[in-house]
Amino acid sequence: MALYFTPLVSRLSGCHRGNFTRNCGSCYRACTLDFTSVLSQGASRSGDGSTSQTDRWLGDRDRGRLVLRGASVTSPAAARRPAASSGQPSQQARSLWQQLPRQLPPRTSPLSAKMAASCVRTVGSFLGKCMTCSSSINTVATQVLLSRQVCVSSALCRKNLAAAGPEKFTLEYIQKQVEEYEIGKRHLANMMGEDPENFTQEDIDRSITYLFPSGLFEKTARPLMKHPDEIFPKQRAVQWGADGRPFHFLFYTGKQSYYSLMHDLYGKILKIEKHQDRLRAKGLFSQDAQLISLGPSRWLTKEELELLLVETISTHDYDRFIKLMEHMLCMPYSSTEEEFVQRYRRLLEAQSLKQLVPLLEKDENGVAFSTAEGRRKTSDSSVILRDCGSGHITVNGQDYLQYFPVLQDREQLMFPLQFMGVLGRFNLECKVSGGGRSSQAGALRLAISRALLSFLSEGDGEAMRQAGLLTPDPRVRERKKPGQEGARRKFTWKKR
Amino acid sequence: MLPAVSACLLGFRYSRAATVASPCGGHHYVTAPSAKPPQPQAGDVTEKILNQPLEKADFFRVAELFSLKDLFDARVHLGHKKGCRHRLMEPYLYGCRLDHDIINLDQTMEHLQLALNFTAHIAYRGGIILFVSRRRQFGHLVETTAKDCGEYAHTRYWQGGLLTNANIQYGPGVRLPDLIIFLSTLNNVFQQHVGIRDAAKMNIPTVGVVDSNCNPSLVTYPVPGNDDTPAAVELYCRLFKMTINRAKDRRKQMELIHGLSAPTSQIS
Repeated sequence: MALYFTPLVSRLSGCHRGNFTRNCGSCYRACTLDFTSVLSQGASRSGDGSTSQTDRWLGDRDRGRLVLRGASVTSPAAARRPAASSGQPSQQARSLWQQLPRQLPPRTSPLSAKMAASCVRTVGSFLGKCMTCSSSINTVATQVLLSRQVCVSSALCRKNLAAAGPEKFTLEYIQKQVEEYEIGKRHLANMMGEDPENFTQEDIDRSITYLFPSGLFEKTARPLMKHPDEIFPKQRAVQWGADGRPFHFLFYTGKQSYYSLMHDLYGKILKIEKHQDRLRAKGLFSQDAQLISLGPSRWLTKEELELLLVETISTHDYDRFIKLMEHMLCMPYSSTEEEFVQRYRRLLEAQSLKQLVPLLEKDENGVAFSTAEGRRKTSDSSVILRDCGSGHITVNGQDYLQYFPVLQDREQLMFPLQFMGVLGRFNLECKVSGGGRSSQAGALRLAISRALLSFLSEGDGEAMRQAGLLTPDPRVRERKKPGQEGARRKFTWKKR
Repeated sequence: MLPAVSACLLGFRYSRAATVASPCGGHHYVTAPSAKPPQPQAGDVTEKILNQPLEKADFFRVAELFSLKDLFDARVHLGHKKGCRHRLMEPYLYGCRLDHDIINLDQTMEHLQLALNFTAHIAYRGGIILFVSRRRQFGHLVETTAKDCGEYAHTRYWQGGLLTNANIQYGPGVRLPDLIIFLSTLNNVFQQHVGIRDAAKMNIPTVGVVDSNCNPSLVTYPVPGNDDTPAAVELYCRLFKMTINRAKDRRKQMELIHGLSAPTSQIS
């Protein structure tokens, strides 16, 4: 068989059931493959057919491990997918199985081998999406040669996928994965001829892209090898000790981290109120003193809070948390708890910092100029902005009045300059190609705004960004779909 | 552990009769035949530690922690109005003055002593104690009390299967509380807290402060008293905290006296 893995190959070699999400429907996302098994696939598969499927995988897995994709995503749709797709192939697989005799002679006769081989091939080709039972049928088919009588039906194998919830991994399992990752890293370093001690994650990524080139568009579906902590979602360790007593005093509420956070927050509010009372007793209380100043920041989102607490919380809980925080912020003398509050806020990056400002150059005559490009729909444009003071505009060698006879297009050209109030100052030399007149005008407008950035200050740049001058328009023509007249327009509906 | 405890206490009550009827040497084994620890010496010492408090009525001297005057000053005797009165609370009421029910503090004294004594015994044997109260006024206070004792609290929304569906809610092999203390037996809509019924279903003994509008029937150790006044609730919290700490300190003392090298909490 081929040495590279395709979804078909990985399915035929049998995926370990425990290692991936139950939506191994897209099997290439979530299989684990052993290096040695990948490199010697034919040998391993034909060699130990006597062991059961799981045993064979455990036996192979004594070297490094290549994890294709972690078991991090389980969506309800994905969980339903194997069940949905199993109808057609599993029936065909079952009928194949029923055709085979229950007990074959132990020696491989040509007929049984051919049948088994055809079984393997046909089973492999039928399986559009991988199923847990499909792999077991597959291995069962190979083991038919050795007269192992195993009855399998897809109805028995199918579990209630939605009810079980996200997959849980034991601590020992994760530890084993970590060890295997470390060993695999060293093997990979040896394979690439590099130093095993100083093999960083970038080196690993580079080696994997070299060894397993993948043409898949979906970057997350490509082979990856990362530390198990980044792949397996964080889970809670067991919450109680050897004697059974839980560690946390709010364990029996069910949401201990969230409620302990609320408890601490309320405790801080009480402390601030006591402080206020003491000051009032001394007569030193003033309403507007010592409020917390936060700067440009935002509250943690619900997902970030869930990550922090390693616990799921509802929107209601999250709203209550934010309300209580806001209440605390409004109290005078709350600046004592500033450090606590800042833990739950994230800085907002000023978007204008991300803008790439084009360079300001000087040509032979000492005139400052800048160049920028812009795109809209299918038009490309590039603009050279010269700080002459005359206000001439040339587009593709022609005067702009000739090139854009319509007022609207000329207005689009002028708008950035008019917005900043520098109408007569600059000379524009524009080149534009592709698209129609409106999209050419839009492309030019974007290019002019970008070129203008290098002549303006930070605040003006931010104003331009907020006006929408620096945002490229993402709208492109939507394709026509079959069965419809256009992209959205449907054919006339006739009742009869 | 729990069947052992309840059997033990029942045994304590009936052991007088048992020893009179059938004298059986030095030890009277009141516990149900539970698994004995492997080493005979440690087992004997543990048994002695566990049985010694059962020989005296008020081993932890909880009666000294409070007096009737304290209860009166904390306004424990003030019940709700006559219209809110629960029929089953009538035996505990002293009377009614200007439509306000007055709770009989003599009865409260007895019940509170029994409740504190029971709590102390549970804490002595390393049981898990859960404080429950659904009053928002006192939620923080109850949680702080529980944290100070080293026990557990639940003053939030009670999810349906917390006790009855524990293996799925928390994970397999979880240990449930051995005692639940209700600082207020009603929830926010003035109905009986679900925890009382669930604890009764799971054979968990309960201690509950029952006001004149509460139903005391399912509570194992009801304590008739006011659950609305901050002073009263602070008094209860203080008393429970002191008893639990006392019992735990006593246990550590006993283990040191009897020479157990590692004073870990041995579960009987």
